[in-house]
Amino acid sequence: MNNIYLYSIVGAGLFTLGLYALISYRHLLRKILALNIMGSGVFLILVALASGETPDPVPHAMVITGIVVAVSASALALALVLRVQAETGKAELPEESLE
Amino acid sequence: MAAMTLLPLLFDTLLGLSLIWLAWRALTSTDLFQAIVLFIAFGLLMALTWVRLDAPDVAMAEAAIGAGLTGALLLATLARLKANNKTKSAPEKKFSLLLTLIILPVVTGLVYVVLTLPQNTPGLAILVAENLKTTGVTNPVTAVLLNYRGYDTLLELAVLLVALLGVWSFGGVPKPHEAYSGPVLNMLLRLLIPLLIMVAGYLLWVGANAPGGAFQAGSVLGAAGVLLLLAGWQLSTRFAELPLRIILVSGVVMFTMAGIVFIVSGRQFLEYPPSFAGAFILLIEAAATLSIGITLAALFLGGRPGLRRHK
Amino acid sequence: MLISEILTSLLLAAGAFFFFAGTVGLLRFPDVYTRLHALTKADNVGLGLMILGLALQADSWAAAGKLLLIWLLVLLASASVAHLIAKAAHQKGIEPWQR
Repeated sequence: MNNIYLYSIVGAGLFTLGLYALISYRHLLRKILALNIMGSGVFLILVALASGETPDPVPHAMVITGIVVAVSASALALALVLRVQAETGKAELPEESLE
Repeated sequence: MAAMTLLPLLFDTLLGLSLIWLAWRALTSTDLFQAIVLFIAFGLLMALTWVRLDAPDVAMAEAAIGAGLTGALLLATLARLKANNKTKSAPEKKFSLLLTLIILPVVTGLVYVVLTLPQNTPGLAILVAENLKTTGVTNPVTAVLLNYRGYDTLLELAVLLVALLGVWSFGGVPKPHEAYSGPVLNMLLRLLIPLLIMVAGYLLWVGANAPGGAFQAGSVLGAAGVLLLLAGWQLSTRFAELPLRIILVSGVVMFTMAGIVFIVSGRQFLEYPPSFAGAFILLIEAAATLSIGITLAALFLGGRPGLRRHK
Repeated sequence: MLISEILTSLLLAAGAFFFFAGTVGLLRFPDVYTRLHALTKADNVGLGLMILGLALQADSWAAAGKLLLIWLLVLLASASVAHLIAKAAHQKGIEPWQR
């Protein structure tokens, strides 16, 4: 029972860490890393709630689907990063200016 | 004894803390290569966590796809970024008080919500177990993926295909890095690739009754493809046109056809009769394994084969 | 406790000690080549001891055989990858550490 509490809190923590990094870093590769970690946090909460004496298989199936979709999205995002670098010369978002 | 129940709790606490610590280090390290390697280690610890939470199918998928393939994709992109851009960008050190003040209520809200969710409810496990006999398989996760929620899996295969089409729309393969060829790598490949193909076949077959299935098997095939690409293996142009495309769409096509075929006898889309369900699921999974493996390897390639990128 | 359980615990502890030694080597050795040496030697032996300990608890000979196969695969992969890393480091011009 304590298992579920613990891993749910860890999942929520991972999600917030990823969210913080997603917002505050400019480099696109770091943003993709942050998105993946946010996804892992959500999956952790899902599977933690499904664990126990008789594990519920539906969240497990959803998380497997989620992992595959996350890798497809990451692959597309990484190809986009290469295109951004080819067009603008750097793989970063531009510095924010106050205007 | 109290010590016996304390030990698992200690292990879980250590695992949870290392997950958070690894994620924090991966996100905040100044060197990108170090960040990606830490992310791969994080993925492996997540696979261990899935095992701890009674989810062996998820653990296999995470280890192969989440840690392995995502890490390989990130490292390949980092290498291409560095090859194209020799200048070093300044490392960012970001701590914004405003952002922290905004995120803090978010995290407390999340933790509160997550802790008040109902725990130890069997959820849908009872329903799944009751109707397992009519699905044709005995592994409940495979039953959910391929039978109960087959529609989701069909669309997931389509998502993989669409992501590959997106990557292909950017043009041909980016300039290939120098492949390390040498006797040791060749020997390693000679030993590993047949073994990986055999393991993929085994995982596909055993997925009906034990942890395994199409996605795990497909990701092992994808890993074999990535190994071949890293060693400098080129796809022969004869194969890069029609046969490659046929294999890539065969997963979605086979699944759709299997769903349609029984409509003539009065069933719904994607409803299989219980006597044929096992064989149909194996057929769909076989096509899906091949198609997932080739799609993942093609995603690693990073461009349309057979087309040279003009740069 | 059974003799096999005591033996398993001893073998697992010995394996953990070798992993610890390998990690200390990874952190403390001065250059790539010595770190590779520490990692492959110590970790392979540590894994072998752990697998031996777990094989004592296996249900059948097939399960023990699969565990042995895992160890052989790790041996193969780590030796080849260590060679590849060392070769790449040598090609990049990293000189071995001299006293």
